[in-house]
Amino acid sequence: MLDGPTVVRAIEAAGFTHVVWIPDSHLGTWEDALTASRVRLVRPTREGEAVALAAGLMLGGARPLVAVQCTGFFEAGDAVRNAVHDLGLPLKLIVGVRGWRAHKVGKTADNCPRFAEPLVRAWGLPATWFDPFAANATGCELALRELAASDRAAALLWGE
Amino acid sequence: MMTLREALEVLAAHRGDRVVVTTMASVGVWPALSDTPRDFAFLPSSMGQAVPLGLGLALAKPGLGVVVVNGDGGLLMNLGCLVTLAQHDVPVTVVLIDNGLYEVTGGQAVAGAGRTDFAGLARAAGIGRVSAFDTADAWRQGAADALGGSGPGFVWLKVVGERGKATPTAPRPMAEQIRRLREAIGAT
Repeated sequence: MLDGPTVVRAIEAAGFTHVVWIPDSHLGTWEDALTASRVRLVRPTREGEAVALAAGLMLGGARPLVAVQCTGFFEAGDAVRNAVHDLGLPLKLIVGVRGWRAHKVGKTADNCPRFAEPLVRAWGLPATWFDPFAANATGCELALRELAASDRAAALLWGE
Repeated sequence: MMTLREALEVLAAHRGDRVVVTTMASVGVWPALSDTPRDFAFLPSSMGQAVPLGLGLALAKPGLGVVVVNGDGGLLMNLGCLVTLAQHDVPVTVVLIDNGLYEVTGGQAVAGAGRTDFAGLARAAGIGRVSAFDTADAWRQGAADALGGSGPGFVWLKVVGERGKATPTAPRPMAEQIRRLREAIGAT
């Protein structure tokens, strides 16, 4: 699995200025690297709030990345709708998909993997899967660069 | 108690060059008081998300003063935003318009209407500058101090609820608002 420093180097290289996050047990392993990074870490209390905070950052000219678990994305739908479709902002997200690896081999009853991609797409976000257990540092940098470079809102579905 | 217009007139007289983010019923009044590129009508909005939007602006542009005019219904949808705001040494002031109602939906009562100590909630969240005003005269007298100082602030205004008002609309399309705001704050 990619470690925190590798992922955070990729976030920095992609040009993100802020990470607005609510960690889960997988994303949370990036905490030390994020704290030490030149990317500013912002800690909201809820995922919809994270999206609105990122919207304000984008209005002010910053380039934030929102990193949340899919359960929080499910809660944040209206904020996503507003930021992306009312304000027209190119919101960028990493959505951690809990239980994805176990789901692929039929070893979990967790329904998060079932709903994550359809719901991200339901809000009109192009979604790309990323497997941090199979990818190397170069692949991670490429995925983050592609996410950052798009002039549209987009999400990276981070298989956990 | 004061009317919404009285509350906003005082704010307009004291906002200086701060960005003012308005929501819901305030959007129906504010453009008649101020309609500059630094006035951002957050409509259409996602209820509860005005404070984080204002905080994001301030984090993106260090030193930029931001006032977020938020209703009690909106704030109650996202009380955690006060805790988030309190973490940052930014000149963001929340002006709470507390009328006890979901005004734009016809005037239904919000949870805890008339009972909630919003100043206490703000203090408990860690916001250092907190004030409350029951009347327009008191707000006129205290506005300069309430809006001054550094770091996050919270102003609780007790406002008369009004039913039967037309649903507010933003003074111009969102894309134009964003373009004007970004030019005004140097975010282009």
